[in-house]
Amino acid sequence: MSASTENRLLPQPTEDSRPFWDALRSRRLDLQTCADCGTVRHYPRPVCPACHSMAVAWTTVSGRGSVHSWTVSHQAFHPAFQDCLPTILATVDLEEGVRMNCRLEGVAPEKIEIGLPVEVDFEEVDDEVTLPYFRPRRAGDSG
Amino acid sequence: MAALTETCCVTGIGETAYTRGSEKSPNALQMEASLAAIADAGLSPGDIDGVIPFSTGSAVAEDFITNFGIEDLRYSVTAPMGGASCVAAVQSAVAAISAGIATHVLLPMGRRGYSGPRAAARVAEFPQFRIVGEFEMPYGAVAPVQLYAPMARRHMALYGTTSRQFAEVAVTMRTHAILNGNAVMTKPITIEDHQRSRMISDPFRLFDCSVESDGGAAVVISGAGRARDMRRKPIYIMGVAEGHPDSPSAITQRPDLTVLGLAKAAPRAFEMAGVARDDIDVAQIYDCFTYTVLCQIEDMGFCAKGEGGAFVEDGALGLGGRLPTNTHGGLLSQSHMAGMNHIVELTRQLRGDGGRAQVLDAEIGLVTGYGDMGDGSIAIMRR
Repeated sequence: MSASTENRLLPQPTEDSRPFWDALRSRRLDLQTCADCGTVRHYPRPVCPACHSMAVAWTTVSGRGSVHSWTVSHQAFHPAFQDCLPTILATVDLEEGVRMNCRLEGVAPEKIEIGLPVEVDFEEVDDEVTLPYFRPRRAGDSG
Repeated sequence: MAALTETCCVTGIGETAYTRGSEKSPNALQMEASLAAIADAGLSPGDIDGVIPFSTGSAVAEDFITNFGIEDLRYSVTAPMGGASCVAAVQSAVAAISAGIATHVLLPMGRRGYSGPRAAARVAEFPQFRIVGEFEMPYGAVAPVQLYAPMARRHMALYGTTSRQFAEVAVTMRTHAILNGNAVMTKPITIEDHQRSRMISDPFRLFDCSVESDGGAAVVISGAGRARDMRRKPIYIMGVAEGHPDSPSAITQRPDLTVLGLAKAAPRAFEMAGVARDDIDVAQIYDCFTYTVLCQIEDMGFCAKGEGGAFVEDGALGLGGRLPTNTHGGLLSQSHMAGMNHIVELTRQLRGDGGRAQVLDAEIGLVTGYGDMGDGSIAIMRR
């Protein structure tokens, strides 16, 4: 199910986002957190929208969440994704209160519904980049 | 009455032929439409002293100075709001004219959206798409159809909105495009045709998507005092506003996926215009996708959130319907000119020049823009 790594649209980390991508290489999901008021935010940005502090911390989160919405794409709009159609792109509510938009794997499209419990997993694309994706949470998983 | 109410008018409109496959450069298409709009206004190209180039288009203000021999261009800005740019540019033009900065402001648009780079390739270059580019495109969410589909899917799940209701929008737009004549799509379609069209990014089928096309459209805006003595009957801009949605850079993080920036702009525009929803005789609603139309109908307050699907049923958007919409065929069937063709068509309707698609005795109408990750814009006009 892995997309072709050649000519792939890989992320270009910035000063603000690099810790997020670095953590993924260690198979951790770290989210930006305000060092003053504790508000978790995503996607990464320099200023806390709750208290306007620029003091940043990073917190490793559970990776557990549920489906907020989704689309099943039957057309690739970039050659890198031609071989992995249809692609499920899920909007996921994380337990920590922010969302991610990632591939969802391991579930039939017709079984997806709002609230479906999911958890993060990691795809090592190359030495530099590991991408997160989601799969249904297994029965008995905590949370 | 707000400071900008009826201070300005649309005084000229112009369009090229809309095609799929043009030999002309994007700049030539813009110049051709602009010259037509300037002539329609009864002006010479050199009379233009303000220009608001399309924010992600090929032509910049300098091109208009060079091509038109403008000696003293006093005003140039862009409104970088994707498909909301054209109507947001109306607000900027009205502000500049009302402040005495410019006299006649040109709003040009034109591109080879079919024979040149397609939408997925274009948007990846927009600075407004930087966040999505880093955090969503690496998984394959590259094109607008993929980024917007979760909004529609959520709307369907929360409110029971159906694909057949999307089809109502597509069928009506096609009917109007055929009446207009200058349209890319010319074959009638039915709801069943829509239901059989191939899935692109669920729930959006092929016929839920607008048509990438080649062409140009342009509008001239002038102060109301001058407009009364110009060549064409002036169309007054009663109210205008732009609105940015919550989480404007990423739909994913928006608290309510089913609410657009237009929900903030519309109440301001209606208040400025001093009219009610029931006063609107004709609407040109940005229709990059079918769903976008019914969502904006809700966000403008024509019905409650969640009722847009039922609202568009039974030909409500057709001629003689509850809210005749996109009487030119819209982006879905006429041409994707980022909504500049919507401003052109509203002006035409309010002049009574709508031809076979004329809404009987249309006096007041509105036009909306929708772009990027949900930016909105709206202008309410009268004859």
